[in-house]
Amino acid sequence: MTVVLKVADVRGGYGGADILNGTDLKLDEGEIVVIIGPNGAGKSTLMKAVFGLATIRSGSVSFFDRAITGMRADQVAKLGMSYVPQERNVFASLTVNENLEMGAYLRDDDFGPQIERIYELFPPLRERRRQQAGTLSGGERQMLAMGRALMLDPKLLLLDEPTAALSPRYAAETFERIREINALGITILMVEQNARQALEHADRGVVLVMGENRFEAPGPELLANREVAEMYLGG
Amino acid sequence: MTDLLQLLVFGIVFGSILTLGAIGVSLIFGILRFAHFAHGDMMTVGAYFALVFVVQAGWPIYMALPAAMIGAAVLAILIDQSVYRRLRRTAPVILLISSFGMALLLRAAAQLIWGTDNQVYQPGINVPYVVFDIRIKPDHLVIVGASVILVFAFHLFLKMTRMGKAMRAMSDNVDLARVSGIDSERVVIWTWVIGGALAAAAGVLLALDTRLNPQLGWNVLLPIFAATIVGGIGRVYGAIAGGMFIGIATELSTAVLLPAYKPAVAFTLMVLVLILRPQGLVRGMN
Amino acid sequence: MELGGIIEYGLFFLSFVGIYALLSLGLNLQWGLTGQFNIGIAGFFAVGAYTSAILTTAPSPHHLGGFGMPLAVGLVFAMVLAGLVAVLVGLLTVRLRTDYLAIATIGIAEIIRLGLKNEEWLTNGVRGIPGIPRPFAETLGQSDGVFLLVVVVLILMVYLALEAARRSPWGRVLRAIRENEDGVRAAGKHIERFRLEAFVVGSMIMGLGGALFAHFVGFISPEAFTPEFATFLVWVMLIAGGSGNNKGAVLGALIIWLVWTGTEFLTSMAPPEYVTQAGALRLLMIGILVQVILLVRPDGLLPEETADRTK
Repeated sequence: MTVVLKVADVRGGYGGADILNGTDLKLDEGEIVVIIGPNGAGKSTLMKAVFGLATIRSGSVSFFDRAITGMRADQVAKLGMSYVPQERNVFASLTVNENLEMGAYLRDDDFGPQIERIYELFPPLRERRRQQAGTLSGGERQMLAMGRALMLDPKLLLLDEPTAALSPRYAAETFERIREINALGITILMVEQNARQALEHADRGVVLVMGENRFEAPGPELLANREVAEMYLGG
Repeated sequence: MTDLLQLLVFGIVFGSILTLGAIGVSLIFGILRFAHFAHGDMMTVGAYFALVFVVQAGWPIYMALPAAMIGAAVLAILIDQSVYRRLRRTAPVILLISSFGMALLLRAAAQLIWGTDNQVYQPGINVPYVVFDIRIKPDHLVIVGASVILVFAFHLFLKMTRMGKAMRAMSDNVDLARVSGIDSERVVIWTWVIGGALAAAAGVLLALDTRLNPQLGWNVLLPIFAATIVGGIGRVYGAIAGGMFIGIATELSTAVLLPAYKPAVAFTLMVLVLILRPQGLVRGMN
Repeated sequence: MELGGIIEYGLFFLSFVGIYALLSLGLNLQWGLTGQFNIGIAGFFAVGAYTSAILTTAPSPHHLGGFGMPLAVGLVFAMVLAGLVAVLVGLLTVRLRTDYLAIATIGIAEIIRLGLKNEEWLTNGVRGIPGIPRPFAETLGQSDGVFLLVVVVLILMVYLALEAARRSPWGRVLRAIRENEDGVRAAGKHIERFRLEAFVVGSMIMGLGGALFAHFVGFISPEAFTPEFATFLVWVMLIAGGSGNNKGAVLGALIIWLVWTGTEFLTSMAPPEYVTQAGALRLLMIGILVQVILLVRPDGLLPEETADRTK
């Protein structure tokens, strides 16, 4: 099986003290992997480090066997990886359609059909295509953020807390969408606070504590693990 | 009444000039996050570029203006690449100091090359049209007309082109722009092209309205900052409203105050806006 | 030149260095220690100079006063008035980010300069105020040496006070605000108050410098308070010497004044057609110098001393 992403013994953070203390991670093609763990465990930092937005002091990251350790974010994007930050993940003053165009900034071909596909995946966005993204509801904003990230037709999608600040109904719907995206052949790595629900939809879960991997197992197995359940899933 | 209408005309003329300057300051702030103190002196140098084309090459002003804009755009890129780019990695406040130094450097250079005397593009009297007792000079029409055309062209650039949209995206959210693969260095260069070109246009039009000397741009830097802040710093469309507001308000103030205090009026209005709506304006940066 | 002439020139030269050292020390408290971007030094400098001039000169029909008061009164009120202006500016901008403070300070400085030029009843406009007395002129005469001594004593007092402040808990809070505003706020400190205090005290020192300038040259007019000479040179001095370091502030004043005087010497050798442009040429050289310093040695000759210098 093809390995999409490999993180090996990564240490680093944002210049100060290390937040990641020897983190490992491996994603196979077509998987949905969810990272869970307590606050401050370095979940978001790990994603940022992969995408070239946090500093890696030692260790390595490779994407389809290609070393991308310390590469700039726009170069990583060019290789076929997309990232949806947790907050401020749309261009609020641009219209919905312009947001999607910015997602396709690196494409030189006609991306009209891709925008069509995004609107098919997220129908509410089509109605609001000329509206400023800042005026969207929380759920619509999350759709747009994912839509923007899909414009480059990535092979790997990084999602940082896609259901934070969403109502339970929207959260469930968002997980459904993530599955649909995955069904298109896109490997997905996400960080989730909403751990139980996320694990139900994931192939595998990784528990990150103090910047180190603690457990790693298929979703249902982690859910069944008493220690994990007590400590990281709220009992 | 006629007097006030006359001042309103002057205000619209001055406001058109301020708008061109304020758009540049706002755009630079939106992309590079620092108040560009050399903007006024960039206007001055741009105005002198046009003088060179008019006097030495004998071009008419409508040809000299675009040529000066190109010249100033090139100058702005050179300044950015030789100095600002190297300082960008450190704190934005270092850029503030550097641009303040650059302001003096440009002014001193202008004085060395072109002297301190007042100069004009075309000698002779600009005979005004008289409409209902209000005097409007042909130059006034040129200034407002050129400004409207440039602002509209800039608007189209922002709304229709890929680079224009990338500029708005980066001004809105730098991190997300980078994540989307937008090459920030290219956006920065385009920012200087537009900022520099519009500064030159503002300088040429101001010199057309008044007289050209090395202090030309420095004298209006404060009104331009006021226009930028009143419009919401970082918001280029706000700069248009801010420019017209400050232009008209400062001209109307001369009905009761010494004209020398125009910058003070602009400054006071800016302070009032800062007191009344500080949050609104600060939020406007994003 | 005879030895006497050289000594005399040296005293004259050092007096100017002393005045600029005060400005540079005041700026160091604001920028070096607290990170406040004041580019309206000229305004506080002018307020100090005019206040002391009006208070200490003999009565004149051309401007307000003079009130013929003792020099010490002039110096104290120069500081008080500069401080009051600083309170005003500070209250307006203390919550806003640096760019606004920069714009506000340069705005106030320009408005003060416009006022000095146009309010003739107060300042005699562009014709200026002459006959400003030297310290101890009646008893010790118009010697530059006496003046220099006064300046040195004042600098020493200001320097020692600033050093004590820098090492005090107050100074540590200021540095902490500069480095990590949110952290200090989280620790429950009233950031705005600390900032305002530093800004006001720094501006008072600038006002003192302005008063000494007036008493040294004996004649002031709005020409002396342009941003080039009264603001920009001070910034170059502090950056060259080392922001955050009080010794650096004084050293920078000495070195840059030496360079500035040197450029006068250089331009005097320029071809005659450039002589009228000497001022511009000198500014151009200083303008280039500051860019070079920022690019090559941004920490200055004497970088800030910190206990935990990690960077």
